Amino acid sequence: MAERELNFGEALNEAMRQEMQRDPKVILMGEDVAGGADIDHLEGDEAWGGVLGVTKGLVQEFGRARVIDTPISESGFIGAAVGAAATGLRPIAEMMFVGFMGVCFDQLLNQGAKLRYMFGGKAKVPLVIRTICGGGYRAAAQHSQVLHSLFTHIPGLKTVVPSTPYDAKGLLISAIRDDDLVIFFEDITFGGIKGAVPEEDYTIPFGKADIKRAGDDVTVVAIGKMVHHSLAAATELEKQGKSAEVIDPRTLSPFDEETVLTSVEKTGRLVIADESHPRCNVATDIAAMVADKGFDYLNAPIKMVTAPHTPVPFSPPLEDHYLPNPQKISAAALGLF
Amino acid sequence: MDIPKDKLLWIYERMQLIRVFETRVSTEFGRGKIPGFVHLYAGEEAVAVGICANLTDADYMTSTHRGHGHCVAKGVDVRGMMAELFGKATGICKGKGGSMHIADMDKGMLGANGIVGGGPPLACGSGLTAKTNGTDQVTICFFGDGASEQGTLHESLNLAAIWKLPIIFVAENNGYAESTPAHYHCSVENIADRAAAYNMPGVTIDGNDLFAVYESAHEAVARARAGQGPSLLECKTYRHHGHFEGDAQTYKIAEENEKYRTELDPIKRFKEAVRPRGLVSEDELAEIDERVQAAVDAAVKFAEDSPFPEVQETFTDVYVSY
Repeated sequence: MAERELNFGEALNEAMRQEMQRDPKVILMGEDVAGGADIDHLEGDEAWGGVLGVTKGLVQEFGRARVIDTPISESGFIGAAVGAAATGLRPIAEMMFVGFMGVCFDQLLNQGAKLRYMFGGKAKVPLVIRTICGGGYRAAAQHSQVLHSLFTHIPGLKTVVPSTPYDAKGLLISAIRDDDLVIFFEDITFGGIKGAVPEEDYTIPFGKADIKRAGDDVTVVAIGKMVHHSLAAATELEKQGKSAEVIDPRTLSPFDEETVLTSVEKTGRLVIADESHPRCNVATDIAAMVADKGFDYLNAPIKMVTAPHTPVPFSPPLEDHYLPNPQKISAAALGLF
Repeated sequence: MDIPKDKLLWIYERMQLIRVFETRVSTEFGRGKIPGFVHLYAGEEAVAVGICANLTDADYMTSTHRGHGHCVAKGVDVRGMMAELFGKATGICKGKGGSMHIADMDKGMLGANGIVGGGPPLACGSGLTAKTNGTDQVTICFFGDGASEQGTLHESLNLAAIWKLPIIFVAENNGYAESTPAHYHCSVENIADRAAAYNMPGVTIDGNDLFAVYESAHEAVARARAGQGPSLLECKTYRHHGHFEGDAQTYKIAEENEKYRTELDPIKRFKEAVRPRGLVSEDELAEIDERVQAAVDAAVKFAEDSPFPEVQETFTDVYVSY
């Protein structure tokens, strides 16, 4: 029998459903996660189930006491999720778009991320914040950002960037069971991505990269959507006689240094593909780590393929020019030979 | 309050221009000509126009994700607006902002906003500029019922009150924050009731009654210009479209939706108010309808005929110098 396939959103939905079934302390909150609160004619059904429909069907199963529509009050409900997590619940909070994190930044930066440390280990914050990120949807400067680097910088936060439905389910279940505050990034263009996903619940450990494609000549470390672009680049590179190994870190904090270093030791070349802006991002962080710990493995400079140091433009030709793509990644790799 | 005839004609033209523009945006979005997200203002015309009929180009406004109507009411060129929505180089923001970030500094239009509650603090800023410079410029801060639950709005109401800033906070209460009804997300029935907490006048009015909006705004603008500080004006209204184009709107009540599109429609009500009194003639209205249709047709043609920006434009406008 063929393996069951789910799309990215369905995999996330199943992870939340199974965890909410398993643990009554898991609650879901956010803007329009059900939608249509207190509207009589919906009779308990949702209006939206999240802006992309990822949380559809959950309110019918778990009710509005556990699937909580919030006002548009990001500071308020993210802070409430932090406080609820610190006092015994295990919330999943949906921050519709990562740009909206700007509204609630204090509650993450100064509260959620620091409570455990400041309280001498006497608090834990088992909270997952799911958020949409990424360009390519023509959603312009405030709704297209890739900010995982910003959150990876902050001690006390864990950052997860899945690239496949399989990883999405396993990583989200791990995130929900994790006792720390996890920011979980979901690329806006992943709606159509399908892949095999087991029906039972399973976890994928944090800090364990996945080699999405084995190769010998160049290592490409790719984050989120860049994994797919790098796999396409690897196919192109194959035609040019170069074998690329594509590594998906899956979690940025914690980060699996060993898998990257082992690969670079084999290939001697490293390209890092990250849709972040070029300064102080996860790509520069990985490059610094390899320069520090794997300098002797390198036969060529480390190349980074990122977005430029500008906000995301709206106009399609500009946004296409802005975004990293398979051609930019394969060109960077070929430049190392 | 008597509104002069030329103002009445201006009001009708602006309301129609918003309606025809937004209806056409819906069509062009459906045809795939407009990328990204669009949030349409149709149904709320009396609010933007009733307020802006009291302004000059020198006055400021901050807007929301549902900003096209505010732009049109403030006098932003619809050709530049349509080209912006198409992502063209001739757009009012060179195609770099799109629907959610449409802005025109020359008209005091300080931007639509992709962040709910992003505008009110900015409005305090333009209010502070006017106060510091000693001008009589006012700032209109449009926000939706959804934004009334943001901390930024509450902080801004307080700032404006203690600094006596010349701001009119205009709550456009269309009943829904995305798919979530105001009776769920808001602790009070009337957003304007919150004005008392900030020691400023607050009134709730029928936002689909152009004359009620105009009169309330007239008073609040006069108060602001006279240095007497901010006001909060809540306009109860309704959006004809979904939160964004593509929203199935299952949360809307069918009869309510129908009623707002017919008997409570602000343009229809405006016509019904002016016709019997003989304030304007049928010919004058028909002439405006024609002119508006031609303007929107021309805007679409302009947008279609315009080139996309050169890709080098990606890298400009980040810094003034670096």
